[in-house]
Formats: sequence, C-alpha cells, structure tokens
Amino acid sequence: MIRIDSVTKRYPDGTVAVDRLSLDIPDRSITVLVGPSGCGKTTTLRMINRMVEPTEGTILLDGEDSRRQPVTTLRRSMGYVIQNAGLFQHRTIVDNIATVPRMLGWGKQRARERAAELMERVGLDPSLAKRYPYQLSGGQQQRVGVARALAADPPVLLMDEPFSAVDPVVRKGLQDELLRIQDELGKTIVFVTHDIDEAIKLGTMVAVLREGGRLAQYAPPAELLSHPADGFVEDFLGADRGIRRLSFFPSAALELTTDAVIRSGAAAGPAAATGAAHLLVTDADGRPLGWAAREEATAGDVRADRLLPYGRPFTPGADSLRVALDCAVLSPVGWAVAVDGDGRVTGVVSQQTIGEAIRAAHTEGRADTEKAGVAE
Amino acid sequence: MNGFFDIPSDLQNSWAGLIGVHMREALLPVAAGLLLALPVAQLCGRFRWLYPPVLGTTTVLYAIPSLAFFVVLIDYTGQTELTVMIPLALYSLVVLVPAIVDGVRSVPDETLTAATAMGLGPVRRYLQVQLPIAAPAIVAGLRVATASSISLVSVGALIGNQGALGNLLAAAQKYDRPELAVNAVLTMAVLAILCDALLVGLRVLLTPWMPRAGTRPRPAAARDPEGALR
Repeated sequence: MIRIDSVTKRYPDGTVAVDRLSLDIPDRSITVLVGPSGCGKTTTLRMINRMVEPTEGTILLDGEDSRRQPVTTLRRSMGYVIQNAGLFQHRTIVDNIATVPRMLGWGKQRARERAAELMERVGLDPSLAKRYPYQLSGGQQQRVGVARALAADPPVLLMDEPFSAVDPVVRKGLQDELLRIQDELGKTIVFVTHDIDEAIKLGTMVAVLREGGRLAQYAPPAELLSHPADGFVEDFLGADRGIRRLSFFPSAALELTTDAVIRSGAAAGPAAATGAAHLLVTDADGRPLGWAAREEATAGDVRADRLLPYGRPFTPGADSLRVALDCAVLSPVGWAVAVDGDGRVTGVVSQQTIGEAIRAAHTEGRADTEKAGVAE
Repeated sequence: MNGFFDIPSDLQNSWAGLIGVHMREALLPVAAGLLLALPVAQLCGRFRWLYPPVLGTTTVLYAIPSLAFFVVLIDYTGQTELTVMIPLALYSLVVLVPAIVDGVRSVPDETLTAATAMGLGPVRRYLQVQLPIAAPAIVAGLRVATASSISLVSVGALIGNQGALGNLLAAAQKYDRPELAVNAVLTMAVLAILCDALLVGLRVLLTPWMPRAGTRPRPAAARDPEGALR
C-alpha cells in the first residue's frame, strides 16, 4: 500500500502546491487523482516517485519511507506513463519498451522478448517493433508508453494524464484497454486526470482535489456521485451526476415484458391484450425489426416499410440502468428493447418501469450507505 | 595549365601532401572545438544565465582577426601549425555552442520527464537521450564549422608557410604562376564539398529515427530538432 501521510509541497516562492494531503492508496486497484488545473494532482503523483520532494510529511511504501532507497531504484520499481507518451524518438519501439529492463541488467535477448510480449498485451501489432515513434499514431504511441511502463513488471504504475492528448474515440479505446490489462495484471495504479468522467470510469477510488492542493473528497465513484461531500465536489461532478450514477446500477433486475413482442407473420394473439400503443415485430429468428402500431399488428397488417425504427437495444446483465434508460429515451415509442448476447429479443421495457427500477435502486443504495455508516 | 600540379619545392610537399596537411589543420580544430563546446553547452543548458555571456564571448572571439591571434600566439607556439589551429578551434565555437545548446533544448520536455521517471540518472539522460536527439543539430553545426575551417586554414600562409593549400596562393604571386592559385581554390572547394557530403552521410547514419522526405508528414515531424537552425 502507498500511504501519503500529511504531505505538503511548498515552493521557495511560497506557493503551496499540495497542502497536508493524506491518502491511503490500496494495492491492486486504480486510484484516480482528479481536480481542476492547479490542484496539485501531478505534484502529488510526482512525489510518489520523488521527482518532486515533499516539503513536509512522508510517503510510505508498504510501511517503509520512500526516502530510504536510492531514488533511481525507487523509480525503476514504478512504471510511469505521461501525456503524449514521451517516447524516445531516437529508439525503435522495441528498444523504447526495453529501456528499464536493459537498465536493470537484463540481457538484450530477454529484454526484447519481454518487449514483444508487452506489445501483444497492449494490443500493438508485432510488425511495429522495428519502427520509430514518428511512424506511429498518437494512440499507438500511448500504447507503447504503457508497454514501456510495464516492461520490468513493476508493482506500481503512475499515470499522469496519459490519455488526454488523444481524440475521444481513441481515448475510450485506451481506457477500455487499461481496464482489461488491469484485470489481468492487478497493478497498483495511481492515475491523474482532469476529466471527471475518466475518473469515474477507471477509478476504484477517486480523490477529488481542489485548488491549493487540498483533498475535497476521497471515495469510490458511486459514493462520490450519490454523496458529494460539498458544493465544490458537486459542481465538479457536473449537472448530470444523477444520470451518471445510473452507470453503477445493473439492468439485470428490470422487469421485461414479452406481451408486446410479436413474430413477423404470426397472428398477434396475446399481444392484443396489452395496453401498449405499439408492438415490437421480430423476424423468425427473434431479432428485432421495428415497432408497429397496435391496430395494424392486431389486424395482421404489418408492413416492413411502415415499421418505426427500434433504436439501440440493451443487454440486461451486461449494460447498466443508464444504458437501458438511454435506449428508452431514444426509442420513438418510449420503450427500450432488451436483447441477449446473440441479438435476439428477450423482452421490452417502458420508461415507467425503468423509472421505478431507478427509484428502487436509489432506496437500496441509500440503505447500503447508511448501513456502512453505522458499521464505521 | 601546364604545371598545375607542379608544386614549388620550397613548400616541401607534394599536392597530395598539401591536402593531407590542410585536412589536418582544418579538421583537428573542429574536433577540438567540439570537445570544448560539449561541456560549455552542457553548462549553458544547466545554468541558463550563463548562455548569453558565453554566446557573446564566442562572438567576440570570432570577431578577432586571425592575424591578431597569430601575433599574440607566435610568442608562445612559434611559426607552427598549432598557431593556426588554436584560432580556428576558437572560431568553431561560435557555431558549435549554439548548435549543441539548441539541439539539447529541442528534446521535448515529456521525453526528459519520462527518462527521469524511468530512473535514468543525469549522466545516462545526457548520453542516451539528450545527445542522440541533439545529433542532427550538432552535425548541422559541424557542417558550417568544417566548411569555414577548411577555407580559413589558408591564412596560415601569412606566418611562414603554415597555410597548407593556402601556401599555393602565396607561391602563385611569388613565382607568377596563377594556375597554382586556381589549384588552391578548386582543391579547397572540393575538399569542403566532400567533407560536407561525409557529414550529411554521418547524419543520415545517426538518425534513422527522423522522418525522411517522401514519408508521410506526422505531427512528430514538427519537433524536428534541426528546425531551430533552418
């Protein structure tokens, strides 16, 4: 565990970058430091590998003061990923990745094999090994940056706004990849970002810092969204934190109905009994085709060219309540279509039903936090 | 053009021999200048306030006429090649110091930060990251310094035949043989062009990592370390 113990960084000109910050960073999870610019998040990160020395306070690594080992040894035991990757432009991709293993005295062959293995792990084509950084796209360079940080298999990974310089699509890909790699490797990751969405997506724990380097709140993302500590955190989370919080509720418990689903060509038997204004028509395999008005469906007069689009379906279990709600909001008839992993319709659900599920989830969530509060 | 390669015997050298002496007198000072410029530039990089006065000093040195240098040096080093080479080495600093400083400064901040964060100490960082990335800028400086040094050697003729090919210019006057002057000028020009070509070749060899003409321009190309000098 990394324990940051009432650490202060004051510069000679009197500026306080970090003010009596204390954080316990748990092992094998992603801890995100987030906040506006000037909140000392990067300074905090750099104090962990002593690129910045604290003015006061100590940083303990598994209970031992980080100042007790030589600084280069400390740094080589922590992977570091930086914005724009910071690759060595004069070295090939494979040599970039092999930098730390080579410094640690690994043989050339072993270091290269390790680099090749890591390229595969971060999703880089092995044919890029002999290329130079300028021949890679920004997203690929960032992957090399991650591979390079992982090369000597350090237990700790420090990431300083690693994905903020790439476009949103590539960024999402890199975030998903990081979560996948973390599932496989279980590193202790400290991740700095100014993007609260990124913090909520990646963090097991999120530390919100405010200007002047003071801690505003340190909590798991779901708790941050449901119980922001103060107005600053609430503002920082943005206006739609309620909607975002739905990302943490599963959609598996939603009550689906199959009454409003009919197979194309089949007579609308029980469907006629429901009160829904529209019925979902599927093909013979059970895949959705579109919505038909109830009168037309009961009259057996379903015409493919008159169907309303069914929009984006969601997968109960895999998707959150937020996705389900989004599907219902986007649907022209106000109902979301649920499908299984193969894209076959398992049922439909109305906005009202989703709304009830949201209220139930909130009540449960509140009960949970209260219980946790008592336990403390 | 009869006797174009017929070198007067008082020069005590064949044409090929003069070329050898000329290259020695021209290139040793550049090499010495480089050895001197590297630590000076490193100091200028570390202590930024040092750079303007150092730059001023090299410019002033460059402004001193070689003849004045010879007059001072001749008391200590006599009528030797060394008397010619010392000013040439000092002249080369005016290009080499800024070339190295700019080259080292062209290393992107995030590259240096990454190097530090990976546990490269200052020496490793300098030798393995800054210097290789500055190489194109340094070679660009060496090209200017070398060409200028090859032409400047000829003033050595003023202190008793220490000007190598430049001595041919003096001989051309003395013996009224203009073809010797033509020989001197052409040979020096060819030497300068050859050395320049060699340095370009060296840069190509040192920098397989630089975007080449004909490859797709990439954002990375904007950080071309030579850009500062163009």
